[in-house]
Amino acid sequence: MIVTGNLAIGYGTAQVAGGIDLSVAQGEILCLLGPNGAGKTTLFKTLLGLIPALGGKVEINGIPVDTLSRAALARAVAYVPQAQVMEFAYTVLDLVLMGRTAHLGPFAAPGAVDHDRARAAIDELGILHLSDREANRISGGQRQLALIARALAQDAPMMVMDEPTASLDLGNRFLVLSRVQALRDRGFGVVFSTHDPDQARELATRVAVISGGRLAAYGTPDETLTAATLSEVHGVPVALERTDTGRTVIAPARPAS
Amino acid sequence: MRAGLILVVLALGLLAAMLVGSVVGPYRIPPGEVLRTLVAPVTGTPASPTTDTILFQIRLPRVLAAALVGGALAAAGASYQTLFRNPLVSPDILGVSAGAGFGAVLGILLSLPVIAIQGLGFVTGLITVVVVYALARALRSQNEVLVLVLAGIVVGALAGAGISLVKILADPYNQLPAITFWLLGSLSGIKVSDAWSVAPPIIVGLVPLVLLRWRIGVLSLGDDEARALGVNVAFVRGVVIAAATLITAAAVSISGVIGWIGLMIPHMVRPLVGPRYDRVLPASVLMGAAFLVLVDTLARSAARIEIPLGLLTALIGAPIFVWLLARGRRVWS
Repeated sequence: MIVTGNLAIGYGTAQVAGGIDLSVAQGEILCLLGPNGAGKTTLFKTLLGLIPALGGKVEINGIPVDTLSRAALARAVAYVPQAQVMEFAYTVLDLVLMGRTAHLGPFAAPGAVDHDRARAAIDELGILHLSDREANRISGGQRQLALIARALAQDAPMMVMDEPTASLDLGNRFLVLSRVQALRDRGFGVVFSTHDPDQARELATRVAVISGGRLAAYGTPDETLTAATLSEVHGVPVALERTDTGRTVIAPARPAS
Repeated sequence: MRAGLILVVLALGLLAAMLVGSVVGPYRIPPGEVLRTLVAPVTGTPASPTTDTILFQIRLPRVLAAALVGGALAAAGASYQTLFRNPLVSPDILGVSAGAGFGAVLGILLSLPVIAIQGLGFVTGLITVVVVYALARALRSQNEVLVLVLAGIVVGALAGAGISLVKILADPYNQLPAITFWLLGSLSGIKVSDAWSVAPPIIVGLVPLVLLRWRIGVLSLGDDEARALGVNVAFVRGVVIAAATLITAAAVSISGVIGWIGLMIPHMVRPLVGPRYDRVLPASVLMGAAFLVLVDTLARSAARIEIPLGLLTALIGAPIFVWLLARGRRVWS
């Protein structure tokens, strides 16, 4: 479980946002929304202990994040970065094996148990046939799945995913989203940032909207993803429309004519 | 286990290269006699005194020194390429070669004994990287790696200016040729004691690289990802820099500046064993050692005079590197 209390985030002395109170438990998905530059990535880095909090607290399972060792933190929270092309030609299996690092002794390399764990994680994401392929030479969606498999191999109950569907085509986007839902159903807690409010509505147990240096909205999707909030946060008129199948979608508000 | 098999092949290749290095020379010792002389202390069958002297006093020290220096430079190059996530990085990225070069040419200018020249080169090489590291820390940038590399370039350029100054001050008939020869790299005049004095720092530097091989490899994903995977990035990076610097400074102190090996060998190794550092490191050490043993054999036997090693590695390295580049980005990515 990740809990923040009156958290202030930023770099050095420059605060990006403050007064952030949120929590995510196992079996929940917390979706993080906000315009570019609002501090989503800064918040992630703070949750992961990569940069210090400027104020307030971050606790992982009740323990302040800055008192945990790197390895202990990695065994509690896994990070899924945006899939990018890497400098070195690691195979999918190499990449996923790196998820085992926090479980290895300081001078050890992965052994048979770690290989089994990595393969099981790759299999669970449905990309076992790509194990020996170069991770730079598969599709962006497959690479994203490989990074989620790495987080799975890390055996951490919580996962933090930085816009895992950004720059994916529709098919890959749906594929990644369905895998994330499956992880939640298996009891993982997921923090997930996205630019797409519809995605948040589909997935989230709770939604946090960061904007204007504060937590602009926090609650269930229905409480937070309102036309008023979204219009204010993004500075454009937004309308919620209900489809024939009962889904709610977000669209630009049409000027009254 | 393909990578394991390739390591065995590379190890056999190194032994073969060392045998060639022992056989070839102005006084040719047939392979069989090399082996007989090597095992003579064990079998008790006395070998010819001439062969014994040439092999143990002249040729083997030089072959061993070449293997140590070649393996050391390749290991340092592989480590820095992984650490800086840049395949075009070589062991002198943080100015260690320029720093060691300055110390050594200063030693030549002051007409110090050979052992003092080597010692001075070793110490100034280490000091250079300490200065670079301290400078990068003092600048306190968000991008630690970039500042480190830029500080390396700045301090390296200063050391290069120092070398130029020493060359101007040096006696043009006596010292300048020695300085030039040293800056181009050579293992001529290597004695048994040199091989013994350079081995400990190289081995001391290799041990932490081998021990931390997996975590060093994870560093190649970038600082944030490596931290999130549980690696203490600042500690591991400090260890890599200290170890690779120690190795390079030790190698350069007895051989002079030999380029290309640290840059090229890891590139030749990756298509064989893949990009994983825990495999690239041992493979680079073996291939770098074999490569320099063969190049040094060529340097002392191809012509009437000794050819500087730096010239040969450049002549051989440049075309190989172009060929590797032409094979496409697959070489490293």
